[in-house]
Amino acid sequence: MLSSWRARLGWSAVRLLLTVVVVLGVFGLFLWGLGRDPIKAYQDTFRLNILNSRGLAGVLARMAPLLLTALGVAIPFRAGLINVGAEGQFMMGALLGTWAALNLEGLPMGLHLALVLLAGMVGGALWAAVPGVLRARGWVNETITTLLLNYLAPLVVGYFVFGPWRAPELAFYPQTPEYPASARLPLLFGTRLHLGFFLGLFFLLAYAYLINCSRWGLELRTVGGNAEAARRLGLPVERWILAAMMLGGALAGLAGVAEVAAIHTRLKLDISPGYGFMGFLVNWLAFANPLGILIMAFLIAFIASSGFTLQITQRLPYAAVNVLMALILFIVLAKPLAQRGKR
Amino acid sequence: MSWFLSWISGAILYAAPILFPTLGEVVEQRAGMVNLGLEGLMLLGASLGFAVSFGTKNPWLGVLAAAGAGLLANLIYAWLVVHRRAHQLAAGLALMFFGIGMSALIGKPYVRQMAPVFPKYALMGPQSLLFRYDLLVYVAFLLAPLFWFLLFRTRFGLRLRAVGENPAIAYAAGVSPSLIRYIAAALAGTLAAVGGAHLSLGITGTWSEGMTAGRGFIAIALVIFSRWNPLRAIAGALIFGGAVVLQLQLQARGIGVSPFFLDMLPYVLTVLVLLVWGRGVRHVAPASLGRVYFGTE
Repeated sequence: MLSSWRARLGWSAVRLLLTVVVVLGVFGLFLWGLGRDPIKAYQDTFRLNILNSRGLAGVLARMAPLLLTALGVAIPFRAGLINVGAEGQFMMGALLGTWAALNLEGLPMGLHLALVLLAGMVGGALWAAVPGVLRARGWVNETITTLLLNYLAPLVVGYFVFGPWRAPELAFYPQTPEYPASARLPLLFGTRLHLGFFLGLFFLLAYAYLINCSRWGLELRTVGGNAEAARRLGLPVERWILAAMMLGGALAGLAGVAEVAAIHTRLKLDISPGYGFMGFLVNWLAFANPLGILIMAFLIAFIASSGFTLQITQRLPYAAVNVLMALILFIVLAKPLAQRGKR
Repeated sequence: MSWFLSWISGAILYAAPILFPTLGEVVEQRAGMVNLGLEGLMLLGASLGFAVSFGTKNPWLGVLAAAGAGLLANLIYAWLVVHRRAHQLAAGLALMFFGIGMSALIGKPYVRQMAPVFPKYALMGPQSLLFRYDLLVYVAFLLAPLFWFLLFRTRFGLRLRAVGENPAIAYAAGVSPSLIRYIAAALAGTLAAVGGAHLSLGITGTWSEGMTAGRGFIAIALVIFSRWNPLRAIAGALIFGGAVVLQLQLQARGIGVSPFFLDMLPYVLTVLVLLVWGRGVRHVAPASLGRVYFGTE
């Protein structure tokens, strides 16, 4: 039993390594085709993001939102739902969290921060509740609504950032006033690494425990595995669908508010380089497995950081990193489904 | 009255770039494939079409290049889904990432440039400023009945729909589900990219990153609204075009509503359209939609 488990883990590691090699090869060819030097590009990204301690802390800092958005996709995924809306939930979490940060000033240090984070979770959960209700009622498929809501969320944020919440002292650059000190997530060791990373780890552990070892997790997975069977068993399927969407949205919203409270310290429009979509990718590569989410979040965080490195050292637009992500997905999807069974 | 006419006129113009991908997706979904990658294909078409038009001073070459690129890119999707039996939604999103990234790379040198755009032909006499469209608008609206005919009145259409309903039975009847799906994907990829190119070459005349602003996803919503019928897709595209133009007109008039709220109009409308007309469509949808066909093994 144990040895087969080890063998499977070893096999997965080999597959992961092979995938990485193939992806690096294909993306290297791609860079070469663009007239860049792939060897130097890889050396630079490795040197600046892994070997350099500040760079590594930066990668870990990017893991914070990715862990949370990946969980935001994973929980609905276990209930049989495809949540592609983490990007919008991220923005709405940041929005409601910012409201709490700017309007509840004067509360004691820890309490204010806790309320800010909680408000972020509420924001994400409410945003996810819209597709959740539509799906639970059996009216509209959640995939398309979550995608469409991704385009609405930045408009809502834009309204506040350009309008009522705009900081007067920075007239040329639309953003809100800075979060008061009591609403900030502390940065650690003088790097970009912040408490949100440990929040992400905490929720990952909680997810791993609850999904596998609790009655809630069993019910959620039953709904995801076979909704009709779950209904016959007397499980409240509609309520579980809504709960899974809102829980997922809450974590994606927490990712948003944590990112602002730690890194940006003000709400503005460009707080996310696509963390919601990257979280979807992380979850897909990990297939909602907790350990897989941890590994893939690191991998994608490294790639996202590399995107910024390439932007500076190779003068590539940041969006080029999307090509790399697409290549990874293409190659992973092209692998035979032997392990995943016939879904 | 003139306001109303210019609204209708604009709605038709803005309906065209979304009608192309919607029609493509109708065909693709009729063959049993959901493709969430339309957004990426449109961006690819918009950027490449613009770049080629800028370089050659010929917008038609731009459209041609966009069509070719869209076709090839969507064949990646088809290969993953048909050949490698990948999950359709994931494969589509991978294609979306691909299109976002590639279009940013292709379009980077062309931000804030103007490319030659299509000549316009007036529908109501040369004096009229209204109802003047480039050829692609006419093509879009002609393609809809053409695709209706193709799907519902030809042998090929029957086979395609059979594959979408039940590939195993289609296979037993001597149809190759793989071939049909590749053809459908090639058509859809071409149309989506042409839609994108029409946006950058027929409407804005410029390229900017992410300029399709979710039209690829709205097209998928319109497919559901149209109940997989190309003729109803015209109505869907006109509703969307009307919303976009209404929003532009209201902004131009400077009514006291934030432009951010006006920008929401098309998306909110799309969700509402789905809510009102998208319910209970399961019995209309192709039965094998989204399912992996494992062949006869």
